[in-house]
Amino acid sequence: MDDLWLQFILTIDATMRVATPLILCAMAGIFSERSGIIDISLEGKMLMSAFAAASVAAVSGSPWLGLGAAILVSILASLLHGFACITHRGNQVISGLAINILASGLTVTLGIAFFAMGGQTPMLAKTERFQSITLPAADWMSAHIPLVGSVYKEVISGHNLLVWVSLIAVVITAHIVFKTSFGLRLRAVGEKPEAVDSAGISVPLMRYQAVIIAGILCGIAGAYLSIATGAGFVREMTAGKGYIALAAMIFGKWRPWPALFACLMFGFLEAVAARLQGVSLPMIGEISTDLVLAAPYVLTVILLAGFIGGAVPPKAIGEPYIKER
Amino acid sequence: MSDKSLPRWVDVGLLPLINIMAAFVVAGIIIALVGENPLEALSVMVKGAFVYKGSLGYTLYYTTNFIFTGLAVAVAFHALLFNIGGEGQAAMGGLGVGLVALWLGPILPPLLVIILAIGGAAAFGALWGVVPGYLQAKRGSHIVITTIMFNFIAASIMVWLLAGMLMAPGQMSPETDRFTEGVSLAKIHEIAAYFGIKMARSPLNLSFIVALLASFGVWVLIWRTRLGYIIRATGFSQKAAIYAGHLPARYIMIAMAISGALAGMMALNEILGVQHRVILNFTSGYGFTGIAVALMGRNHPVGIILASLLFGALYQGGAELDFEFQTITREMVLMIQGLIILFSGALAYMFTPWLARFFVKKEAVNG
Repeated sequence: MDDLWLQFILTIDATMRVATPLILCAMAGIFSERSGIIDISLEGKMLMSAFAAASVAAVSGSPWLGLGAAILVSILASLLHGFACITHRGNQVISGLAINILASGLTVTLGIAFFAMGGQTPMLAKTERFQSITLPAADWMSAHIPLVGSVYKEVISGHNLLVWVSLIAVVITAHIVFKTSFGLRLRAVGEKPEAVDSAGISVPLMRYQAVIIAGILCGIAGAYLSIATGAGFVREMTAGKGYIALAAMIFGKWRPWPALFACLMFGFLEAVAARLQGVSLPMIGEISTDLVLAAPYVLTVILLAGFIGGAVPPKAIGEPYIKER
Repeated sequence: MSDKSLPRWVDVGLLPLINIMAAFVVAGIIIALVGENPLEALSVMVKGAFVYKGSLGYTLYYTTNFIFTGLAVAVAFHALLFNIGGEGQAAMGGLGVGLVALWLGPILPPLLVIILAIGGAAAFGALWGVVPGYLQAKRGSHIVITTIMFNFIAASIMVWLLAGMLMAPGQMSPETDRFTEGVSLAKIHEIAAYFGIKMARSPLNLSFIVALLASFGVWVLIWRTRLGYIIRATGFSQKAAIYAGHLPARYIMIAMAISGALAGMMALNEILGVQHRVILNFTSGYGFTGIAVALMGRNHPVGIILASLLFGALYQGGAELDFEFQTITREMVLMIQGLIILFSGALAYMFTPWLARFFVKKEAVNG
């Protein structure tokens, strides 16, 4: 029993760690898409910023400078997306795709040029990364208080700073999008840009602000991968996480709290799949982890098709705004 | 849009050329920044793609993949659908080839198996295209998101099958048994040797011919048949299509089925032409590159063949970079590809106002 309980809370702990980049990117997606800009470049922005974070941390020795570089690079990628989609009214999907492919090529090319290690960055020492933070009295609690103590020690304590940042990001996103006038304008610009325009607010400016915020969040997600959980950059290290975050955002119907729930669910599936590898369960037998890993995508397709509630995107999404003269 | 007022040759010829040039200039700047000579890199790539012995065969072998995936994206584009699921459709096409070849290979004569395998590639690819088409047409799911999801689902299915029930016995890597002897598309250099012509060895095989036939087929379909006319009409204006008595939903699904079938046929080159067994990740990004190919080729088969040739040369020439340089590798090609999609796709009309100032005035003076 004790062992099963420990297995369970360790899986929950792993869920948190897997879900963090998904949460950050899903919030990024909410800002961008709520303003009417499709963002499939979450993946590429995260990859570029993971590379920037690891490179700068390796050279400077400071994770904070690494984080700053990650955010900066991700914002630049966002501005490129904005330049193509907002200023030049280009196709948003094509622009996102270009950024993703560019990120794959550019990170490896620059990685080889900077470090000559086949596209990787040097292994980071402990002080060059965001380390896990053990909360006060974690060991004492786990030794003296049953259940709650072990949850406190394994699930709540022991995460690095950026895990907490991702949760705070959800609170802030929910507040900004639904409780502030900026959020109202943001949502309006994604639903009915001409109305916002006639109210004297610049549609391009609103959208540029939205994609820049998305850039900041993706930058933190990238830094999390390479200088918090990881100890350096490895080529293609995002491995489709940006797309899972996109799926989670849609699954959460472009709302912060449901999107958080979707990220945790998808993270949980991945954590379970990792634990079930090669394990034979009573009654069911061996479960194919490959199929468990496909579950987020299948669920998203089913949801989008309206079989479980349906998800309606912002009305003006994907359409460049042309000001009437 | 002001591009309508541009002379046709500028719109179809000069503008794409300027966009590609812009991509290459940016790539050149990056090469210079990492400390290599861009012109030298270009010359290595051109030699690697066309000059060295057997290199042209390799270039055309890559070209074959891009023709299929480029046509796939283009057919969907004509119906105003963005099929970004070429990767998944090609992977499923490979599964279709594999199932036919493995099950019927030992029973039926090779030629019949090959014909059925081609059908298998098209059918499985079509299935993986038509389901997102159905979901778009009938359930209103955004095709871009659905096809992205379908890429990942296809990848999971392939891992599951190739590491599971289809894995060759006594084999550690996730791949199937080899197909029966003779169940393969002949290499071009073998055919040439049969006729007494000496050609350098390369993986170029008969699927190149199939790809050219498919290009012609797509041209006939889109511009010379009623179905193609309706598909374009559906893409041009759904309302108009309904008014004319056509059901857009049906034609969205047909367009996606054809698109998926074309992407699925990419597997002919890799699986039936070269590997002779199903392996993992043989699509290696060709499906995504198809988008760049279709954009550059302006969704026209002739343009697509030319763009495929460019990308084939980039891939083959890019492989050569690995041998000649310390700091630049074939990933450089991925970067160039990203830039090309950016400039000839998302920023396609960035140079239009500038060109318009130049050419439209001239026309006016002439007229």
